[in-house]
Amino acid sequence: MYRYDEYDQAAVDARVEEFRDQVNRRISGAMSEDQFKPLRLMNGLYLQLHAYMLRVAVPYGTLDGRQMHMLAHIARKYDKGYGHFTTRQNIQYNWIKLDQAADILAELATVEMHAIQTSGNCIRNISSDQFAGAAADEVEDPRPWAELLRQWSTFHPEFSYLPRKFKIAVIGADQDRAAMRLHDIGLQLYRNDAGEVGFRLFAGGGMGRTPMIAPVIRDWLPKQDLLSYVEACLRVYNRHGRRDNIYKARIKILVHEIGAAEYARQVEEEWAHVKTLGLDPPAAEFERIAAFFAPPAYEAGVPDTVDLSDPDFRLWVDQNVSAHKQPGYAVVTISLKPREGIPGDASADQIDVMADLAERYAHNELRVTHAQNIVLPHTPKRDLYAIWQALDAAGLATPNLDLISDIIACPGLDYCALANARSIPLAQKIAGRFADLDRQRDLGEIKLKISGGINACGHHHAGHIGILGVDRKGEENYQLLFGGSGAEDASLAKIVGPGFSEDGVVDAIEKATDVYLANRTEGERFLDTYRRVGMAPFKEAIYG
Amino acid sequence: MKLVTGNDLETGDVIWWAGDGWSRHVAQAVDAGSAGESIGAKEEAARRVNGPYVIDATLTADGPRPAHIKDRIRAAGPTCRPDLGIKPADANRGDWVI
Amino acid sequence: MGDPDQSDLGGEPRLRFRDDEPHEEPAVTLDAFFGQTNATAVRLESDEDARALIPHIGQLALVEVAFPTFRDGRGYSAARILREAGYTGELRAQGDVLVDQIPLMRRCGFDAFAPQADIDRKALDRALGRQPYASQKAADAAVPVWRRRHG
Repeated sequence: MYRYDEYDQAAVDARVEEFRDQVNRRISGAMSEDQFKPLRLMNGLYLQLHAYMLRVAVPYGTLDGRQMHMLAHIARKYDKGYGHFTTRQNIQYNWIKLDQAADILAELATVEMHAIQTSGNCIRNISSDQFAGAAADEVEDPRPWAELLRQWSTFHPEFSYLPRKFKIAVIGADQDRAAMRLHDIGLQLYRNDAGEVGFRLFAGGGMGRTPMIAPVIRDWLPKQDLLSYVEACLRVYNRHGRRDNIYKARIKILVHEIGAAEYARQVEEEWAHVKTLGLDPPAAEFERIAAFFAPPAYEAGVPDTVDLSDPDFRLWVDQNVSAHKQPGYAVVTISLKPREGIPGDASADQIDVMADLAERYAHNELRVTHAQNIVLPHTPKRDLYAIWQALDAAGLATPNLDLISDIIACPGLDYCALANARSIPLAQKIAGRFADLDRQRDLGEIKLKISGGINACGHHHAGHIGILGVDRKGEENYQLLFGGSGAEDASLAKIVGPGFSEDGVVDAIEKATDVYLANRTEGERFLDTYRRVGMAPFKEAIYG
Repeated sequence: MKLVTGNDLETGDVIWWAGDGWSRHVAQAVDAGSAGESIGAKEEAARRVNGPYVIDATLTADGPRPAHIKDRIRAAGPTCRPDLGIKPADANRGDWVI
Repeated sequence: MGDPDQSDLGGEPRLRFRDDEPHEEPAVTLDAFFGQTNATAVRLESDEDARALIPHIGQLALVEVAFPTFRDGRGYSAARILREAGYTGELRAQGDVLVDQIPLMRRCGFDAFAPQADIDRKALDRALGRQPYASQKAADAAVPVWRRRHG
């Protein structure tokens, strides 16, 4: 894991004092809310329905036990005893007081954490693959590059007042576990025919009200040119992205309107100039950062077999434990989607339990996933049973990874000032309808994603089954979509037909799963069957 | 009736205009009539409220009930966490919100 | 850079981080500039292309970049483009220029400011002195942290 040096620490400490100063100027009246809002947003502080909400960055989703314990401490001391892990691998607290926000940031800074650029029209937290460094299909760990981008984008003087927010994801495997092509810039490390590793750069993806899958802008980018090239990408966007209409201000609209080829041409022209300016750090800096992400000290001779005689444990291993590149090790995904729970929420006590397990068994490392779960990436198989028992005792052993009840849901109208309908109660109803685990496992992988508003924070466009909550004459109404994917087979979901009430949409999903069961061929997932047979039989069953 | 609501600048709490100041309880909200906008502007300038706005509500036996579900959720707390609402002991709260 | 000179000219408080004498010729519009080959001061609106000035930077002593609202960040790129092209004259941010944006503007190459509203000098001094290091190379003299780390 990356550790701060004096320069990193000084930047974060200075930011705490800067924000304290800004809050004081707001409370004293020296600054209006209009002036303060972008400043507080650039520090992750929103004003939501019930209180201020603070979004804390978990850079590329990676943290250690000490940092995880701090997240629990903040939940207890400054909030109401819980936090919400988000689709951008961050955590947010829902009940924050403005006059305590700087104190929270000061506590976070003691464990090398911050809330810098977790909102606002700037470059946001860099996201990545939650299995980075552990996945067998990885070309190279993408996180050193994510960290390089984090440092470069921090307080970037030119790109702090962009037309709109800007999200970057970096992956290093063929499998896309980070919805990379639904980002403003997506970067994929791959090995070319000459055996070298470099980037393929995508730009102009995103969700929101106009979802787009990012096209390739540059098929091969040498690693050492990353920062200057991304700088060129951002400069073209900052200069030419639309500022006349907030709904058309994301880079996806610019790339769509002028075309990927023309955007790429402008970037190349800009880069020809920018790369002469000495913006790219020397190789020694890449090496310094990469050294922090060296594999952990794996134990030699850890047995590669697991005693699966306990049937409940066996079920959990089968569903929530993934292959690790190192023999004797496994990747554990802890589901934050218990029956009747709130997707992504964890109590302070649960956060502490996960931190303890990482420290005790799993090389002191945790990851946050964009599907709002937690990962122990480096777990000896020998310790899986003990880990499972501890998780089970804490209500964290739900064996439902990637099943229909492993739902992504935004906070929705229960918390969010921008939402039009509630997401959480609907997620709970769906999980309740499909409560039978055998039935869920028979249905197999179904990525169900719920957004309570048009911003699409719940990734409904990328759901095998997506749901968008809308406001229909003051009533909550839900649109149903099928066929989306945020993975390497990225696709955008399509609206099935007229919307439903909360109960109506649960019924419609059940009918759709019946159509899937009646039509699937061997090995087909819900998404595969939908792609093969099309919308018609689903529509017929739901509305017919 | 018309209510004025917003959030407390420092605590972020949901607050309602109660005639002579702000209350955290919608039951104490008063009809602002046509003065809502000017009350909001004046109180915001004095930094006693953040982001004030005027809403429609109906007066019921239990007091004012905001017309839109969003403001009823603001008044009562998140429906998925009744334990965190402003009146967690109120068993009928769910019926009031939805 | 020294202590900026804060003079009050033409009703607009002005902050200057330059040692030379202020350039008093009024800035002309970009259109007027191209119709009037001897102008030495030009004003760039936020939607105008800074690159159009590059062939003429040798004759310019003042470029004023408009910030119609502090949210419009195009002027940051305009400033860097001019500095990267070698422009050394006064680069002034005019308009909705606020305390917390000035440190970023300084890094992009602005060395003069004509804010619409008064700037609290104490708050500005605190803001300018805040960050001891720069994470990235920009148009100012700040040494990026990666160079400090590796000499």
